[in-house]
Amino acid sequence: MLKYVGKRFLALIPIALGIALIIFSIMELTPGDPARLILGPDATAEAVEQYREEKGLNDPFFTRFFNYVYNAVTKLDFGVSYRTQKPVYNEIFSRLPTSLKLAMVSMAFAVLIGIPLGVYSAMHQYSFLDQILRVVSMFFIAVPPFWYAMILMLIFALNLHWLPTSGSSKWSCFVLPMLTLGMPYGGKFLRITRSTMLEVIRQDYITTAKAKGVPQRVITRKHALKNALLPVITTVATSFGGLLGGAIITESVFNMNGLGSLIVLSIKLKDTPTVMAAVILLAIIFSLLMLIVDLVYAFIDPRIKAKYAKT
Amino acid sequence: MGKKDSTYEAYAKERRENRRKSRRDFFHRLAKNKGAVVGMVMIIILILVAIFADVIAPWDSVVKQNALIRLQAPSAEHWFGTDTYGRDVFARVIHGSRISLLIGVGSAAFCLIVGGFFGAATAYFGGRFDDIVMRFMDMVMAIPATLLALSIVAALGTNMVNLVLAISISYTPRFVRLVRSAVLPQVGMDYVEAAKAAGSGNLRIIFKDIIPNAIGPIIVETTQSLSNMILEASGLSYIGMGVQPPNPEWGAMLSEAREVMRTYPYLITIPGIFIIITALSFNLFGDGLRDAIDPRLKT
Amino acid sequence: MNSENNAPLLQLKNVHVIYKTDAETVYAVNGIDIELDYGETLGLVGETGAGKTTTALSILRLLPDRIGKVTEGEILLKGTNLLELPENEMREDIRGKRISMIFQDPMTSLNPTMTVGEQIYEALHYHNSEDKSAEELQQRVDETLELVGIPARRKNEFPHQFSGGMKQRVVIAMALACQPELLLADEPTTALDVTIQAQVLAMMGELQRNLKTAMILITHDLGVVAQICDKVAVMYAGEIIEKGTVEDIFTEGDHHPYTVGLFGSIPDLEETGTRLHPINGLMPDPTNLPKGCKFSPRCPRCMEICKEKEPAVRLKGTHSIACHLFSDAEKEG
Repeated sequence: MLKYVGKRFLALIPIALGIALIIFSIMELTPGDPARLILGPDATAEAVEQYREEKGLNDPFFTRFFNYVYNAVTKLDFGVSYRTQKPVYNEIFSRLPTSLKLAMVSMAFAVLIGIPLGVYSAMHQYSFLDQILRVVSMFFIAVPPFWYAMILMLIFALNLHWLPTSGSSKWSCFVLPMLTLGMPYGGKFLRITRSTMLEVIRQDYITTAKAKGVPQRVITRKHALKNALLPVITTVATSFGGLLGGAIITESVFNMNGLGSLIVLSIKLKDTPTVMAAVILLAIIFSLLMLIVDLVYAFIDPRIKAKYAKT
Repeated sequence: MGKKDSTYEAYAKERRENRRKSRRDFFHRLAKNKGAVVGMVMIIILILVAIFADVIAPWDSVVKQNALIRLQAPSAEHWFGTDTYGRDVFARVIHGSRISLLIGVGSAAFCLIVGGFFGAATAYFGGRFDDIVMRFMDMVMAIPATLLALSIVAALGTNMVNLVLAISISYTPRFVRLVRSAVLPQVGMDYVEAAKAAGSGNLRIIFKDIIPNAIGPIIVETTQSLSNMILEASGLSYIGMGVQPPNPEWGAMLSEAREVMRTYPYLITIPGIFIIITALSFNLFGDGLRDAIDPRLKT
Repeated sequence: MNSENNAPLLQLKNVHVIYKTDAETVYAVNGIDIELDYGETLGLVGETGAGKTTTALSILRLLPDRIGKVTEGEILLKGTNLLELPENEMREDIRGKRISMIFQDPMTSLNPTMTVGEQIYEALHYHNSEDKSAEELQQRVDETLELVGIPARRKNEFPHQFSGGMKQRVVIAMALACQPELLLADEPTTALDVTIQAQVLAMMGELQRNLKTAMILITHDLGVVAQICDKVAVMYAGEIIEKGTVEDIFTEGDHHPYTVGLFGSIPDLEETGTRLHPINGLMPDPTNLPKGCKFSPRCPRCMEICKEKEPAVRLKGTHSIACHLFSDAEKEG
């Protein structure tokens, strides 16, 4: 089993490299001369050329790519920000915790709201609450998070003064962003939990359990939910990507000091090294999260667990 | 042409008959689904509004700034009021539909063509080609869609074409996967072998028979993705990475209204509602399509 | 197990079951009478859609929630009407304890995420009226597994680790764990390989004899009926059109035309492995049943009266037939 886990982690490496390569290539397309951008418009042509030689900016594409990766991995050197003239690494890592906190809290919110409500909805199909939940979850999937964020801000922050509109210092700063980011996913999880549960309760083994005289509560929990949860976990895993993306926009709306707002700022100011490093990092974190959830899934599903216990 | 194709023609004919029947059932089911009908009607209205935007509201009112009438609440003259620059919000919202639809349709078209091509090709030809392409797709999919779109926009610049390109590229891997999984079961079937034996060219087989049979889930995914693409576009425009002012993209309009939203909430409620209705219509319609195609999946 | 009072173990009296949706009403069971005593095996035979499974489900009140309803009749377990029992009594006393049911497809009857041991334990746990300890219950789990020929050490394995035949044995073990008085078996061997079928059936027969469990065996395989059943009831369109002991049915003589059709030629009791011969036509639409005898559209010996009046039941000892051909015979003695 450990071997399997190890193998999966090792497999992350080529993926990480692939991600880095893709982003690096995309950034290649940015117009402008990095040397010129760093040294400023007043520097002489010779100085610029000299800088280019020193930093290896005239080297072929793959050489530069490998140097980048090498520096990043060994020295955590992701280059120098055009904006601050300081190493990119510093700012990124100082901002990372905020983004991670936001993502985690929002995902937890979505899961804790979506899944139980989805189960209820399925078990009480066609009830009044079920109809409402279906409509509400459908609605939230279509709502643009940033709009919903502004409405929430309007009501809770600006009018009621219960919560702050910006910043990331206190925990209360995370409430509105969490609702903003979490609700659409809560809706999504509700729908998928509901539909998998509905499928599962039609299965023969549920009827068998009923015929055995097992109480309904236990059937819902042990027989239905346990089986329904598996596809739901997959959906949760794949939602991490969208969640991270949504976090970027949410951070902008709420003026939070996270990686997402850094990316947006850097793009506006054409600070390519920061953008590249931040995007690559987020993408790798995403892959890591997916892997973890995948492994959790493998642990839970006895069919898969048995398969890999032997490897 | 005659004798050689006879077995293939026979198979193909039978399949076409079956398809015709299931198509009739399909439209019947679709018509019964209230959500789908509502969605479809809304989409048609939206398309009409987008096409006739110039007739409904002249482009002038969209861009003409008039500080004297700025920030006026909805009235008889300005149905949706005016924004921070004194522009007519109604006109802007109407023209915004054109932008959103163009972006949606453009992205969807790109995804269908590129994704469809690679999806069908990898399923049909298999082998190393399949491996390489799918590996590459996995890697692209490992990058969250918004991030990827942002990077592309960062590199190429912020305008509508790049936005479409960025969104398309983010969503293409999903389409490649989908088309591939829809086409794959078709590839092994008898009628394909028969066609090959009769000497039909690969392209002909792909276009004439495989794709029509696989098209169901593809259409469903397209409509549902459209909703997300439009949301994505407005999100990116909101943070300034998408359509640039003075273009009246709904997301951008929301961004502009941010400063004053406390006192002038109509500036955010109205464009917001339009975004929601658009996304919802495509979602409802997509759901209805999916239920009509395979009623067993209905919840 | 001897009956204390004189009531037979199971009695169904004029039971009617419908499935009612917004779109239509399906008349699944239309007035059947069944009697079964301890240790007896009744073979319930008929084509798909005849109402056999519905009958079994209604005994345990497992019909789909808002849709399935028993509209008329009584289902008596030793004199107590099961239809009137409160739900919690059904759950605690009847299901899995006094009456058990096993289903057709072993692949889907077992929860894939629970070990087989846990699933058998569950049956014992919820019917633990004697308050046995967990260890005692686990012992019983082991015993039950051994009884069906599965080594007890395999109890911590998951269903997918067993073959089809072994899965069905687990299902049987689960059903018999609490030593029920009645076992409802819905085509228990249909989904299994022919060779495994014989094994499982033999095992079921043996267990049944040892535990004195009565059984209603739903099947469309006449060979199986001949092998282990004491009584037979033939169902068509929700009605029992012929019933009797296994000798009654399998011996030449008067038989319902449908039964004749099923058998092809009536086989000897000694002959086994007879397959059903399909009869021309289809069973009537259960939402729109024909007037008179429900078999009349397909009956090769249909008379005018058959299309008008429902046939009366002719009873000759243990053998009863619901057919106009024989109602008159009664008059002749």
